[in-house]
Amino acid sequence: MNDKSSMTHGVDIGSLKRKGPELSLDKEDICLEVSDLNLYYGDKQALHDIKMRIPRKRVTAYIGPSGCGKSTLLRCFNRMNDLVDGVSIDGKILLDGDDINHRNVNVPDLRRRVGMVFQKPNPFPKTIYENVAYGLRLQGINNRSTLDDVVEWALKGAALWDEVKDRLNDNAFGLSGGQQQRLVIARAIAVQPEVLLLDEPASALDPISTLKIEELIYELKSTYTILIVTHNMQQAARVSDFTAFMYLGKLIEYDATDTLFTNPKNRQTEDYITGRYG
Amino acid sequence: MEKGDITHHISQQFNEELEGVRNMVLAMGGMVEKAIGDAIEALVTGNGELGDSVATGDYKINSLEVEIDEECAQIIARRQPTASDLRLIMAVVKTITDLERMGDEAEKIGRIAAGLDDQSGVNSSYSAIRHLGEHARGMLHDALDAYARMDVDAALKVARQDAGIDREFESLMRQLITIMMEDPRSIRRVIDIMWAARAIERIGDHAKNICEYVVYMVLGKDVRHTTFEQMEEEIKSAT
Repeated sequence: MNDKSSMTHGVDIGSLKRKGPELSLDKEDICLEVSDLNLYYGDKQALHDIKMRIPRKRVTAYIGPSGCGKSTLLRCFNRMNDLVDGVSIDGKILLDGDDINHRNVNVPDLRRRVGMVFQKPNPFPKTIYENVAYGLRLQGINNRSTLDDVVEWALKGAALWDEVKDRLNDNAFGLSGGQQQRLVIARAIAVQPEVLLLDEPASALDPISTLKIEELIYELKSTYTILIVTHNMQQAARVSDFTAFMYLGKLIEYDATDTLFTNPKNRQTEDYITGRYG
Repeated sequence: MEKGDITHHISQQFNEELEGVRNMVLAMGGMVEKAIGDAIEALVTGNGELGDSVATGDYKINSLEVEIDEECAQIIARRQPTASDLRLIMAVVKTITDLERMGDEAEKIGRIAAGLDDQSGVNSSYSAIRHLGEHARGMLHDALDAYARMDVDAALKVARQDAGIDREFESLMRQLITIMMEDPRSIRRVIDIMWAARAIERIGDHAKNICEYVVYMVLGKDVRHTTFEQMEEEIKSAT
């Protein structure tokens, strides 16, 4: 029973949730570490000397104007840039201390550990069930009860289970845009990655679906390290713990989201987030 | 944020909204400054009519507070301001609360002045209260100036003056207690003067608060509830 002296208007003062200490990278467990990363599309340099440490089980948002290199950087984390002609990269990206660009790295395995979701939902032309089970089947897992369990678990994790549990064998294209995006997230988490890369995951969705995705991101961060690229600054402010501002291929400022959106240190960041021209 | 830089948004309309709200605060500040000046004048000259007009005119300050609050709510809803823009809006909302309370203090002094109208003679302590009042009004004027120019150094200078007002207030209290002891018939009138002095001292505190909002607005440092030395230290570390 609560001590009466700590009660006021029926609220227990002692139980009030106080804001935790300010987030600081120095106190975080680091999942990904980028050092001196440069990326070139042919002769054109798209990323310049990127250095950053990305904390585990936190949401890190990338903001910046179009063409600033945020999606390019995101794609470096699961080597999606390998698929682009003429790309060359120097510098290092360490995932749990291991260089992901090392020649011995098994790229499909890396992409299992670092899942990615794109701007436009891209379900496969298969059933809802098969979309989620796809990654597991690729790994040679075909046991029906294992697949059933994982599909249910992943769809629940993506906050979609209740909406689709009675039509798992329907074609995924019959889902709404927001549901398709959550299905794609379910597909990504079915293979139990460590890191989720979200490239503008809600920019093609209506406000309600967007909020569902944001709520999902909040739920997922207790399990996964999440990196999100977004053009919507309010979204970055809402969902992320840390925010990186990029401009012309450079990392201009990287700080706790609370700090970056209330008192940024760099003038370029200030101009961008307040909508000023430099 | 650079001094005075609330323009240069890509949205010209947003520039105008912020500029508009800032100007409304300065206009409200001007009204409060005048009310304080008039109230003190009424008190020390025994001009009950002027005191009464200050007291009855406070509603104009109150309505301006409501109007500015409404404008800020609109800006937050429509623009979702961040960084220096967010701090500006936060500072405006806080500043107008202090200005409104200063208006209430002026109203209080005005009412006291109106009540003193039929009291005979002007007490010698009135010159001390005039000085205290001018000091507090000057502090508000300089605080608004620092606000308009977004000048942290000027704000710091003004905040420093609050201790002087507190000292003057204490000294006036001692003087008034002596008068009451010497002439108990003056107690009723002296108590009124004490209330007025207390109101002026509070005006100084509110002016200091405005200076703290200027520091927050410009540097993003929250220096409320700190000593003057801590405030100075915070500012030094941020600049």
